[in-house]
Amino acid sequence: MGIIKASKLVFEYIRRDEEGNVDSIQTAVDHVDLDVNEGDFIVILGHNGSGKSTLAKQLNALLIPSEGTLWVEGKDTKERENVRDVRRTAGMVFQNPDNQIIASVVEEDVGFGPENLGVPTEEIWKRVEESLTSVGMLKFRRHSPNKLSGGQKQRVAIAGVMAMEPKCIVLDEPTAMLDPNGRREVLSAVHELNRKKGITVILITHYMEEAVDADYIYVMDEGKVVMEGLPKEIFSQVEELKRHRLDVPQATLLAYELKKAGLPLPDGILTRQELAEELERCYVNYTK
Amino acid sequence: MSIILNNVSYTYGEGTAYEMQALKNVTLKIDDGEFIGIIGHTGSGKSTLIQHLNGLMKAVSGEIYFNGRDISEEDFDRKELRTRVGLVFQYPEHQLFETTIFNDVCFGPINQGFDKNEAGLRAFEALRMAGVPEKLYYQPPFDLSGGQKRRVAIAGVLAMKPEVLILDEPTAGLDPKGRDEILDLIAGMHRAKGMTIILVSHSMEDVAKYVQRIIVMDDGQVFLDGAPREVFKYYEQLEKIGLKAPEVTYLMHDLKNRGMAVDWDATTVEEAKQSILKLFQ
Repeated sequence: MGIIKASKLVFEYIRRDEEGNVDSIQTAVDHVDLDVNEGDFIVILGHNGSGKSTLAKQLNALLIPSEGTLWVEGKDTKERENVRDVRRTAGMVFQNPDNQIIASVVEEDVGFGPENLGVPTEEIWKRVEESLTSVGMLKFRRHSPNKLSGGQKQRVAIAGVMAMEPKCIVLDEPTAMLDPNGRREVLSAVHELNRKKGITVILITHYMEEAVDADYIYVMDEGKVVMEGLPKEIFSQVEELKRHRLDVPQATLLAYELKKAGLPLPDGILTRQELAEELERCYVNYTK
Repeated sequence: MSIILNNVSYTYGEGTAYEMQALKNVTLKIDDGEFIGIIGHTGSGKSTLIQHLNGLMKAVSGEIYFNGRDISEEDFDRKELRTRVGLVFQYPEHQLFETTIFNDVCFGPINQGFDKNEAGLRAFEALRMAGVPEKLYYQPPFDLSGGQKRRVAIAGVLAMKPEVLILDEPTAGLDPKGRDEILDLIAGMHRAKGMTIILVSHSMEDVAKYVQRIIVMDDGQVFLDGAPREVFKYYEQLEKIGLKAPEVTYLMHDLKNRGMAVDWDATTVEEAKQSILKLFQ
């Protein structure tokens, strides 16, 4: 069993009227199966309201499944006594950095998590230093978070989660509010954690470019997993993605359009380097 | 109709320890019916700039002319200016507050002094323009999806019948389809009504596809100003200020370096496609 495993996971938002009778039921997650191995970089794609965030919140027991079972490191999140362990295994980073930073100095903010876990002071400072280093923010340790850029704040938020030494981090649209620079900073910090420390990453995003380097992609729509596979497999299905209100990276779209117009290009081109190489090959053959 | 900025500067917290000059001698002319994109990294002065265009912020030095009149003049009607230059803030759906969508959109025109009938008519027209389905008009705005809420918020500004519409990152947080829908809506208003549109965006791909002119801000100054093809030629300089060109522009440069005679300053998928196909004819 992988570090995260979900079996027929269901989550329903139940709205009740004043007397407490059920008014409406909205199924946000609908029989989802997941199996994530330790060290994987997983991306979950899906449009607004497709159930991604509801799924994410269950991964660290902020929400408890209505039906089905979710195991985090083999622990069923439905059992109350497991909640603490589940949250230590899977840390969570949200969209808006301003909602996640609580201290007035960067290093104190990062230390808040381990302090709460009862880690000895000396160890806390060691972890603060390590996690700020791992996201490239050590030189800002004594700065005030409100003077940082969005990308820097988000990296501090990630360091705050890292200081609790989780095995897995779940990021719910961490770049949605950032400019291109901030997006790049956060993405490379997350990839670094995955590569160097073997942290399992579950990244939820709207930006197709961020999914290109994933080990595995899940696409959600109406609470269900509607597509899953390697980036190459997912992004070669342009029409299917569009049906789910999604998109493909620009290089993939151009390759798809060129192929439709008759150029002999392979499916599943993800980067502009690949496309340039393939086009060069076509061109050499053509001019021969 | 035009907006002219002459040597406009603005400083936050003047005279305090946090003094920060956000605009430095900005000179610009915005003509009637233009579709403009403003790009620049966080803190480059974009938001400060657009708040000057409708008189929400007052320049510390320099002049702003709207239709040839200095907006800082004593008798200039700045309240009217704000209805003629409509500003849609970032995450505008956070400002929805009324019990129904229809009432929310009526709020602007009623504030302008129109009676209920006229305000209602304007609200209907604005909601239709913004593509909000009729069956939702009398629903509370809070149950809508993110994209729908944003349409309602845009309708709230359209109901004041602005001649210039400024949108601060109108697609932030939306899924790809939602992004395309909002941008198509804006482009449609520009085409059909000849409205002047100023779009602040973080997406180089979006501005390349939609706008006619790009203003690049950096450190409170206008760094570049021109058509997308012109601006994205300077991709190396753009990278130095935290921006970049659209992916396809890089691809076209790469192809050119591999000895293929393509149109290397193409900025959209469509342009790139046409240019590449020409090679194979």
